[in-house]
Parts: sequence; structure tokens; C-alpha cells
Amino acid sequence: MNAASLRIALVGNPNCGKTALFNLLTGSRQKVANYAGVTVERKEGRILAPSGRNYQLLDLPGAYSFDAASPDEAITRDICSGAHPDEEAPDLIVCVADATNLRLHLRFVLEVLRLGRPVVLALNMMDAARRRGIHIDTEELERRLGVPVVETVAVHRHGAKALIEHIETREPESAARAGAVDDDRDLHQQVRELIAAAVQVPPMASRIDDAIDRWVLHPVFGLAILGVLMFFIFQAVFSWAEPLMNGIDAGVSGLGAWVSGLLPAHSALHSLVQDGIFGGLGTVLVFLPQILILFLFILVLEESGYLPRAAFLLDRLMFKAGLTGRAFIPLLSSFACAIPGIMATRSISDPRDRLTTILVAPLMTCSARLPVYTLLIAAFIPKHSVLGVFNLQGLVLFALYFAGILSALAVAYVMKHLRRDKSEHALLMELPAYRFPHVRDVAFGLWQRVKIFLRRVGGIILSLTVLLWFLSSFPAPPPGATGPAIDYSLAGRLGHALHHVFAPIGFNWQICIALIPGLAAREVAVSALGTVYAMSGTDDAVASHLGVLIAHQWSLATALSLLAWYVFAPQCMSTLAVIRRETNSWRNVALAAGYLFGLAYVASLITYQIARLFT
Amino acid sequence: MSVQLSDLPKGAQAVVHTVEDAHPDDLIARRLRDLGFVEGESVRVVARAPLGGDPMLVQVGYTRFALRRNEASRVRVKDEVTA
Repeated sequence: MNAASLRIALVGNPNCGKTALFNLLTGSRQKVANYAGVTVERKEGRILAPSGRNYQLLDLPGAYSFDAASPDEAITRDICSGAHPDEEAPDLIVCVADATNLRLHLRFVLEVLRLGRPVVLALNMMDAARRRGIHIDTEELERRLGVPVVETVAVHRHGAKALIEHIETREPESAARAGAVDDDRDLHQQVRELIAAAVQVPPMASRIDDAIDRWVLHPVFGLAILGVLMFFIFQAVFSWAEPLMNGIDAGVSGLGAWVSGLLPAHSALHSLVQDGIFGGLGTVLVFLPQILILFLFILVLEESGYLPRAAFLLDRLMFKAGLTGRAFIPLLSSFACAIPGIMATRSISDPRDRLTTILVAPLMTCSARLPVYTLLIAAFIPKHSVLGVFNLQGLVLFALYFAGILSALAVAYVMKHLRRDKSEHALLMELPAYRFPHVRDVAFGLWQRVKIFLRRVGGIILSLTVLLWFLSSFPAPPPGATGPAIDYSLAGRLGHALHHVFAPIGFNWQICIALIPGLAAREVAVSALGTVYAMSGTDDAVASHLGVLIAHQWSLATALSLLAWYVFAPQCMSTLAVIRRETNSWRNVALAAGYLFGLAYVASLITYQIARLFT
Repeated sequence: MSVQLSDLPKGAQAVVHTVEDAHPDDLIARRLRDLGFVEGESVRVVARAPLGGDPMLVQVGYTRFALRRNEASRVRVKDEVTA
């Protein structure tokens, strides 16, 4: 076999610095996808060695043991042992172990060695180990394990030199050397012997972590730090992103106007390009700054080791509601947009916890609901001050956010009691040592998420917007028609038909029509209402005129009912598309859409009927 | 005399005696053993979460694990002082 096609796999415990090593070895030559049939991330890259040769590198999911406790670990076990149906066993396994935590990591190394495959052990974070005064006798380790041992420092530019040299110069025979590992003896006992023979660890190597954790995990200060941090992130996501979002919005619509200006005016093609394609592109891209900023914070918190600490602090609360502490970050992300939130649930390795989190994520008040809330609150809620300090408008907005959170907890709680599998699912979460986030790893992580967002989600949203454009534009109004064009279209007819369904909750036919283009993205409903009421101009102008208009035409009960509807707002197709992507199941999509629709309808019905009694 | 790890207060040190299966084929108990909760290993309660101290943060070797009460109750430990 020729060396250029050598397939190498990276395996190791979670938190061993495996992904940083992968980034260092492959640079930008990476491809991220899923393993067939499961939503476990498959990361593959190419090593371009100084000799000019290429090696294929697979970054297997982190595992504590081959006694797999999650789909991720099962993938790692199957590929390493050659039992995976689609993936061939690797030619060489690079087993990565954190040099500062060999007591834990060597046990898994021994499990890998028992497979009897060609293995090289990479002792990663050797710089940190030296700083802490940990001395490792690599020759003794090599002798006892029977496999080559190299030192790596994934955060240094040349930190993988020894590993690459080893891959380049290794002789096929030496690699096939079976591990000198005893198959029957207790692994922990063997690890103890290895450490006694080859590793010297000074006592108290974790003093800094202890000092930080004393504050960060403190029952009072810890929660306060978490609160301040979240507040800061929220501020950043909304205020830093705003100028960028306006810029993107203006840029895309400007480009759309320029491109469609080349086409005959008032033609279907003109409208398709301007409203369908560029309008759709705008709704996708406009969320990119928020998603970027949010993911930047999440990645930095994740790399530094803080995220599992936040999960630790909140686990009790979330567990009572049928969730897990790990659901905290995905749910937090969902306040910007449910799409990155649902994407972030990949950090929850337990499938049942992950599904619950995915299903309640759309209940977090995403930023696309804000334009609708702002319009209705400004039009219907008076600016009274309450108790001298609070503003009634602000209180209503707060109540809407709060209603979202409460209903998410309630839905998770109900799901916990309804599901058939009531077995105990463990938290058992490692809190890694604190470390400074590395720019390269954060940048790669950010770039990958943006790619996923644009490629997977962008395509779906774009095609849906074009479809909805078609529904709202055809058939064209007959000559001499007086009403707004959308009234004559398929969407208009659908809106009138829907009116029968929505009359009990107080929606008029204009709202029903606006709900249809709102399927693409919730905030589109505002400009759609503008279209229905035959107004033109910029979004802001439409919103301010629209506010005055609907304040006269709608009853307060209708407005409150629409607000209640938007707390649950099941009509975001992009979210449903991502649920399909991330769970691989139409059943879950139907479940999410069904329960959200049901809740929205019931909440609006109750709101409308009660509000009518009082107004 | 051994006690459950879940009963130890914050800051306590102890030595693992054994991990008990809560039911036959207990995956969580097996995972605890894989993670290093085996006889003779010393453990320390680093922190307890707000609102009732559940989950708790336990250091075993150089690794810290967050364990819920039910998970930690599988681990029987001996007090280092009295052991």
C-alpha cells in the first residue's frame, strides 16, 4: 500500500486537546460532516507533511471508554475496532493523552492498545505538564506499553513536529508490533503501575483551578458571575450586531435592486429576483452577525473551561424540569435564534436530553419575534408607569420573554412525565482544567459553524422563501383590481381559508395572510402586514404607519391574542428544517410543529376570550 | 465503616471503597469505575452546587467530575481520617 493513502485516526479522552491537535495538523484542510444515520460529527482532514506526502486524518469523537455510553463513543469504538459498517479501520491510531492527566487518560490508552492495532501515543500538553513540574519518562513508557510515544504541544506552531516525523519515518513492521499489554489484568492496576514507573507528579498541581473554582462555583458569587456574564453576552449579541445587521440588510437589498434593475420592471422575473431571491438571502444573512458574536462567546467560554461550570451551577434547576445542565447554552443561544441553539445541542451527548432540549429551544424568545412584539406593544400598550419605576410597555415585553422560558420548562417537565424511557440518565460531566482559549481553535470553530449555518440552513431558507414568494405573487391580480396584489394570490386565498380556523382566536384575514410569508422568518410577518394593508416604504416607515393603522382597526383582544401566539409561534420553517437536520427524523419535526401550534392556539384562544370579556 | 460519597460535605477527603450497582447491568456504575472511582483512589469534594448541593464536584486523581446525588451515592468511601 502506498504511504500517501495512509489513513490515520485521532482518538482520546474528551478534553485531551485532540481537536486542537487536529487543527494544528490539518490547518484549513478539514471537512466536517455527519456519520451516516447519526448526528455525530465526522471531522476529516489532510496532513500535508514536509516530505510532500499527504495523509488522511480522522478526528474521532472523544471517549472515556469503549464501554460506550453515548452514540459518539459507539462510533469511536466501532471505527477503532474495524466494526463500523461504512468506515474502514484506520491504518494507524494516534492515541492522544493529556500529559497532565495521565491517571485518567492512560486507562483508555490501554483499552485502545488491547485492540492490537498499530498505535502511537501522543502525550499532549507537554508544556503544561512541565510547568506543573510533572516529569514523564517517555522511554520507560514506550518500553512498558510497547508502542512509540511522542510529545506534542497542540497550541504551539511546531508542537506536532515529533508526531509528523514519526508518521513519516515509521516502518510498517514496527507499527504492526502488538502492544505489550496484558489483556486480563485490571486496567486501573496497570495504570497505577505505569505511573509509578514512569511519571513523577508533584503534589498540589491544581492550585490555580482551586482558587478560580472557589469563586466561580460558589453558591452565591458563582451564580452572580454567571448572571453578569450572560447579561454582557446578551448586550453584545444585540448591540454589537445591530450596525452589522443594518449594513447587511442595506447591502443585500441594494445589490438586489441593482441586479433586478437589469431586468424588465414589473415582470415576474424582476419580482422573483428582488423579493424572492435577494429578500430570502437578506433574511438568512441578517442573522449572521448575531450568530457569529454569540458563537464567539460560546467558543471562548467552551475553550476556557467555563461552560461545564455553568452547566454545573444550573443542573439542579434544569434537571427538575426534565432537562440537563448542559442544555443551558443551547437554550441561551436560542434567544438570538433557535437555529444556532439547536445546532449547539450537539454538546449534549445523551440522545434523550438532547431531543428534549431541541424540542423546547423554539420557545425561547428569538430576536425575530422582537419586531412583531415591538409593533404590537407600541400600538396597543399605553406608556403608563407602574409603581413609579416600571414602564408598562417594558413590563409586557419582559412578561413575553418570561412566558417563553416558563413554557419551555413546563413543556420539558410534561415530556419528562410522558416519555416511556424513565431510566436514569447520568450527568457525570468532567470539569476540565481552566486554560486560555487559543485563537486558532476559536477561529476554526467559528468558521465551521458559519459554514454549517450558511450551507445547510441557507439553502433551505432560500428555497422556502422562493416558494413563499411564488405563493404570494401568483396568480397576479386581474386588470382593474383595487385590493392589494397579495389578496388575489394563492397565499391570499390560503389566508382567507385560514380565517375560519383563526376567527375564534380573533385573527382577521389580514393577519392570516401575513402569517404565511411569516413562515420563512417570523419578522417577515410585519412587512407582510404592510403589504396586505397596501403600504410601501422602508420597513421602519411601514412599521410606524402600520402601528397607527392597526391601533384603529384591531381590537385590543386581537392584539393580545397575536402577542400570545408569537410566544409559541410555531411557524418558523427554518427552525423546523434544522430540527429535521439535527434529529434525522420527520417525526420530531411533526412533534415540534404540532405541539407548538397547539400551545399557540390554546394560549391565543384563552387570551382572546378573556380579553374580550374585559374590553 | 464506609459512607456514601454523596453524604460528604464540601472540602471532605476520602478514599474510594467500592462502586455499587444500583441495579443489574448498571451502566452508570460501570462508567464511574471507568472514570477512576476504584478502590484505594482518593477523592475530594471540591464544591457543591447552589440550592441543596446537588450536583457535587468531586476530584478523583487530577480530574474533576460533576456528579448528581444519585450518581455519587453509588460510590462508597472511607473517611481518610478514620480509615
